[in-house]
Amino acid sequence: MTTTTDDTQHDSHADDHHEHHIPYGIKRWLYTTNHKDIGTLYLWFAFIMFLTGGAMAMVIRAELFQPGLQIVEPHFFNQMTTVHGLIMVFGAVMPAFTGLANWLIPMMIGAPDMALPRMNNWSFWILPFAFLILLSSLFLEGGGPAFGWTFYAPLSTTYSADSTALFVFAVHIMGASSIMGAINVVVTIFNMRAPGMTWMKMPLFVWTWLITAFLLIAVMPVLAGAVTMVLTDKFFGTSFFDAAGGGDPVMFQHIFWFFGHPEVYIMILPAFGIISQIIPTFARKQLFGYASMVYATASIALLSFIVWAHHMFTTGMPVAAELFFMFATMLISVPTGVKIFNWVATMWRGSMTFEVPMLFALAFIVLFTIGGLSGLMLAITPVDFQYHDTYFVVAHFHYVLVTGAIFSIMAAVYYWLPKWTGKMFHIGLAKWHFWCSLVSVNVLFFPMHFVGLAGMPRRIPDYALQFADINKWISIGGFAFGLSQLIFLVLLVKACKKQGEPVSNQVWEGAEGLEWEIPSPAPYHSFETPPFVK
Amino acid sequence: MSAQQNQAKNNKLVLKLAAVVIGMFGFGFALVPLYDVLCDALGINGKPSDTAAVYEAVEVDESRLITVDFITRINSGMPWEFRSETRQVKVHPGQLNQVNFYVKNPTKAVIVGQAVPSISPGPAALYMNKTECFCFEQQTLQAGEELLMPMQFYVDPQLPEDITYFTLQYTLYNVTTNVTANVKVPADVVAMN
Repeated sequence: MTTTTDDTQHDSHADDHHEHHIPYGIKRWLYTTNHKDIGTLYLWFAFIMFLTGGAMAMVIRAELFQPGLQIVEPHFFNQMTTVHGLIMVFGAVMPAFTGLANWLIPMMIGAPDMALPRMNNWSFWILPFAFLILLSSLFLEGGGPAFGWTFYAPLSTTYSADSTALFVFAVHIMGASSIMGAINVVVTIFNMRAPGMTWMKMPLFVWTWLITAFLLIAVMPVLAGAVTMVLTDKFFGTSFFDAAGGGDPVMFQHIFWFFGHPEVYIMILPAFGIISQIIPTFARKQLFGYASMVYATASIALLSFIVWAHHMFTTGMPVAAELFFMFATMLISVPTGVKIFNWVATMWRGSMTFEVPMLFALAFIVLFTIGGLSGLMLAITPVDFQYHDTYFVVAHFHYVLVTGAIFSIMAAVYYWLPKWTGKMFHIGLAKWHFWCSLVSVNVLFFPMHFVGLAGMPRRIPDYALQFADINKWISIGGFAFGLSQLIFLVLLVKACKKQGEPVSNQVWEGAEGLEWEIPSPAPYHSFETPPFVK
Repeated sequence: MSAQQNQAKNNKLVLKLAAVVIGMFGFGFALVPLYDVLCDALGINGKPSDTAAVYEAVEVDESRLITVDFITRINSGMPWEFRSETRQVKVHPGQLNQVNFYVKNPTKAVIVGQAVPSISPGPAALYMNKTECFCFEQQTLQAGEELLMPMQFYVDPQLPEDITYFTLQYTLYNVTTNVTANVKVPADVVAMN
């Protein structure tokens, strides 16, 4: 943590430095401490990772297009499912949210920049190396990680390739990056709010990110511990997870999911914040139940620490423990329900219009709720024994992560992109992107519920013949969803070239908040003198 | 507020948050001994004590008869034959019993084995007292060597009334490579450091 203290000692110099001139070319991006530049870097990095992880999903769906083994070896298939998961979680969703936090939090609370700009630069620039290491391990002898993104021992210890060391190192770097990003968010929000920006006046995106940052600070170190134990078990002869040496493989799952379940909320709480910003704008009403939204977010975060073992119902837990984790899990649907109903109540009798960000936000509410309900089904201990490790689980977490987290990120990009570039994006392309994604994502993931209930296991490159037709449809949906994202790529490239109609400062008619009061495009330095919030 | 004051405030908060990060990293490792302590206290992991019990002044409860099953299993990568001479015994709580286990190394190499016990249902593990067990230490068998390994135990008369039947399973692991590498450190020792 020495970098953090250094960082704050030097940041007055850094500020003096870049106020006078902005370096051009690659150096601008390498040396930048500007929250907007770093936000842009994070978002582009996340998008590139999204396409990379997506390409791996295409390999998976191509193999599953037909029963039998056609395209890839089972071992390579396992590497694809593993690295797809790791890239989407740590490379796409989390950096995208961090990018949005960088761009938006200072503008929303009236701060000139993030509190620790030098550390901000570090926390981004170590990320590409983490993923370079992870991806390069795929080309080594024995292949890359093939034990699932959850790296259960003994798959990741006794039965893994030597490249596991690179996997561990990559996860350490990703974790360090997230922790630094989270510390930055907390310090910024605690110390840099404009005068008059009291806690209960903060926009919900800022609130949800603050709570997310605390979750990151609490659980990313536990993940670092878990991968370290895997490393020493595999290479240095310890026996944390090896029964022969007095360890316990089930303990791995406890430690992993103690990190893993809060991690799930790390990937969805900022999404709740985004939707809470967008819905009031296009319903032209204030958000219904602001305070209850804040308390619901905090309760979800607290509950996330006591539900981890619902991932492990089939490990042979005592009945009392299964009941405890079942009821604790179901309890989470209460604050989540509060949020869904608040959004619906915000729209009730509002003057709704359906601009592209609103379309994504509405799709989020409907489809995330489907994912939430299938989660509630999985929480029921006795039926979980049937659903466990089937495509039903795959359907569940893709509904909450793709149509949940990723749709919210797309909604956020469409909502704030005109503010960032000063130009309206290509609305025609955006609508194509939305409708193609919406239809294909449901063709892709909805049938997985049925095929899972019928007993198709996840993470297997082959399947029983009776699942052939339905898998063909799933794969077609998958390819269509993958291609739809290329529309988004074209749109983003056009937007970055500053093509399109100029927009007003407010951009959207119903938009409220400090970020809509500064000019469009947002100037390189904003709120150098803090605004006063009434 | 001046920039200097602001920086001092930032530094203070960063240090606090960094302390939380370090604390949570430690907590991850603290989960290892905590897991064993909790499993022991609640008797949920079916892990009997790995040290020898002393058999003295134990009163035999003739009114109860407990059935104990013995199951043996070899882990993958372990080529030994391994079986219990007795499949099942009926014992009074407090009564000392002996069961012999047979192992044979049919290969042409020296192999070191370690048996790990597990009891089901889990709560019974707290009342299974072994005065002598091969599982307390590792076994080294020369090529083709066979061995009869004794295990002496008594069931604690405190065994809850509702348990009348339990199973003791031994899994035999091949630990030859771990032993020759000679870097074997028990998990809890690592966690303490």
